[in-house]
Amino acid sequence: MKLKSLGLLAAGVMAASTVVANAQDQSLTIVSWGGAYTESQVRAYHEPYTEKTGVQIYNEDKSAQALAGIRSQVEAGNVTWDIVDMLQADAQRACDEGLIMEIDHDEWFAPAPNGAPPTEDFIEGTLGDCFVPSILYATMFAYNTEAFEGEGPQTIEDVWNLEKFPGTRALQKIPQKNLEWALIADGVDPENVYEVLATKEGQDRAFAKLDEIKDSVIWWSEGAQPPQMLADEEAVIATAYNGRIFNAQVNENQPFKIMWDHQMFEVDGWVVPRGNEDQLDLIKDYLYFATDTQRLADQAKYIAYAPARKSSVPLVSTHADSGVDMKPHMPTSPENFKTAVQFNTEFWADYGDLLEERFNAWVAQ
Amino acid sequence: MQDATPAQLETLKTADGTPLKDSIRKSERRARIRAFLLVLPLLAFLVITFIVPIMAMMGRSVYNPEVVNYLPNTAEALQEWEGEGVPGEDVFAALAKDMVQGREDRTIGRVAARINRELPGARSLMLGTARDADEMQPPYKEAFIAEDDRWTNPEFWGILKRESRLITPSYYLLALDYEYTPQGNIEPRPEIYQVYTDLFIRTAWMSVLITVLCILLAYPVSYLLATLPLRYSNLLMILVLLPFWTSLLVRTSAWIVLLQQEGVINDLLVGAGFISDDGRLRMIYNQTGTIVAMTHILLPFMILPLYSVMKTINPSYLRAARSLGATPLVAWFRVYFPLTLPGLAAGVMLVFILAIGYYITPALVGGETGIFISNMIASNMQGSTAQLRLAAALATILLVLVMLFYWLFNKLVGVERLKFG
Repeated sequence: MKLKSLGLLAAGVMAASTVVANAQDQSLTIVSWGGAYTESQVRAYHEPYTEKTGVQIYNEDKSAQALAGIRSQVEAGNVTWDIVDMLQADAQRACDEGLIMEIDHDEWFAPAPNGAPPTEDFIEGTLGDCFVPSILYATMFAYNTEAFEGEGPQTIEDVWNLEKFPGTRALQKIPQKNLEWALIADGVDPENVYEVLATKEGQDRAFAKLDEIKDSVIWWSEGAQPPQMLADEEAVIATAYNGRIFNAQVNENQPFKIMWDHQMFEVDGWVVPRGNEDQLDLIKDYLYFATDTQRLADQAKYIAYAPARKSSVPLVSTHADSGVDMKPHMPTSPENFKTAVQFNTEFWADYGDLLEERFNAWVAQ
Repeated sequence: MQDATPAQLETLKTADGTPLKDSIRKSERRARIRAFLLVLPLLAFLVITFIVPIMAMMGRSVYNPEVVNYLPNTAEALQEWEGEGVPGEDVFAALAKDMVQGREDRTIGRVAARINRELPGARSLMLGTARDADEMQPPYKEAFIAEDDRWTNPEFWGILKRESRLITPSYYLLALDYEYTPQGNIEPRPEIYQVYTDLFIRTAWMSVLITVLCILLAYPVSYLLATLPLRYSNLLMILVLLPFWTSLLVRTSAWIVLLQQEGVINDLLVGAGFISDDGRLRMIYNQTGTIVAMTHILLPFMILPLYSVMKTINPSYLRAARSLGATPLVAWFRVYFPLTLPGLAAGVMLVFILAIGYYITPALVGGETGIFISNMIASNMQGSTAQLRLAAALATILLVLVMLFYWLFNKLVGVERLKFG
């Protein structure tokens, strides 16, 4: 008898200690883009989640190399990333290659407050087999108002007008979006941009248009660079993510202005690399929490990206630190959205390799 | 005592009765084993961290497993096919079978991505068809073409057959700006894609230029260091060593602060009225930036070996040459300079080999015209369209170039003559 109860006691102690150990050990490694963006996720998702569950969250700012990173981790059989914030196009590729988990959206995520299932509540066409979006962001041109006397550039054509708006342009060192804008500046109807870009002549035309400003271009690769370049006046006009410019405008009082003409928008969100199945319950629990209507609306308090759920849109309020009304700064606000172009992830999945190679060669020549 | 003759040595014995020769051999062997055991950790370290990864990289540069592994039946069926036009029903049937399996294993995307590199659009074609492959009925050829008429594209099939080899030289071709045509011929790539040969050449000549600049700057400094009285030369030595001990990144960013368009030097020039505010010089994010920053960073590697050799040259040699009638210039050229060659050669080898593989400084200050091949290798390892195998091929070529340089250097100068200090 005594022996048995001792055994029970021992088992109980062991069980208790594993529970304690678990609560302390549980942690998630979440990969994102860094800077103001990660900051907004930390404040909207990570901190409330840690407060609620005690789970530690570690950030890694590696999203710029997310696909290559997941690929090498999965192939090496040593996956250290639990959740990765990724662009939809890259997520589609990773999904096709079997590198990330397939997602049952209605099972994994919370319904809208009115009961609508996630598959109906997220913006159409943004849910992927392995992907759930959290924000909709825009890439567009912004400029330093101090660099120009009078009005700054208003349209894509103005960006190419070196006489009227002299100075260095900072562009992202990728073919995506630059080629589209080049064609639009060259007079192609935004509706037909991808059709034209699929042809050899269209590609030549886009590169020829970029040639016109190549000598006045410096290239950036990290989202934090363009606000810095504008602030230093290393560049007078720059392409940038709208949230980064908003951040510089509001938190750093920089004299920047966003030119919303032909902004290109796309979604960004979460994927789960394969290989951490023992963590899956925790991962799902986190994602359920971080993608519900309130949480997505919360993120818009910290950065000017639009929530990817329809039910979150009415909840978007004011900036947490400055009290600025966030609605006019959203890429989806009607004023900003007039000439918006949807970034075509399918086109770039097909033509990305070739155009990227050509672009890199063109840049280096 | 007389020396023992060889015959006597044969019969000499130690105290325990074994022949002396055996005993010596034994102890020599023991010493050798001990020596080997002492270097064993280093050897193991080198093999694990150096030889194995390099071999793996070289293997990767020619490895082409996608079609063979993920479309096994198709790859086999394509062996029979002549390569003209569109293949027959058996190939389509094999492909249908592979696609069903590939969708189940989620590997079809990997083949599609591989073929898409060669032929844009192949990805959506393969993935789109694979989605419906399990419902397809024979004859498969008609079914495929009904699904998408791009299946009749002979280029696609040519590429698929070509890529069904497990070992491929195509990454080396790409790295040298050549490519396979869908028919399997080797041709130069269209000019708009050519970039790597130019970059190899640029990397080589900029490394040579940086080495030459280092020689020109380091030689007089080293001479001063070696000949000045100790209290002055110590001060000068600190000036050389302090930057050497400072982090590479700090020194590179310092150059950015100095050289950029809104930077210190441009401000000074504008302030002094040499240039107008609109005409600020571009001294960074281009070749100039790379050359300036790298010359500065690599300079100590030239100064230190030169100094250590110059320090040992006896000044009386020069005096002797002068007393025998040589002019200062002749004495310097015929006596002093040859004596500094071992240090100069060591400096050249250090600086050139370090320069040719440099990465971080060109990445930060090189802009687009001042980057090195190593930056291209890195960019082929990152990003969403990373081409690890192309990076491996480029890296292997760079390795071969460096080894070639070392071999040439050894022939001309002789590595045993180097003096590093």
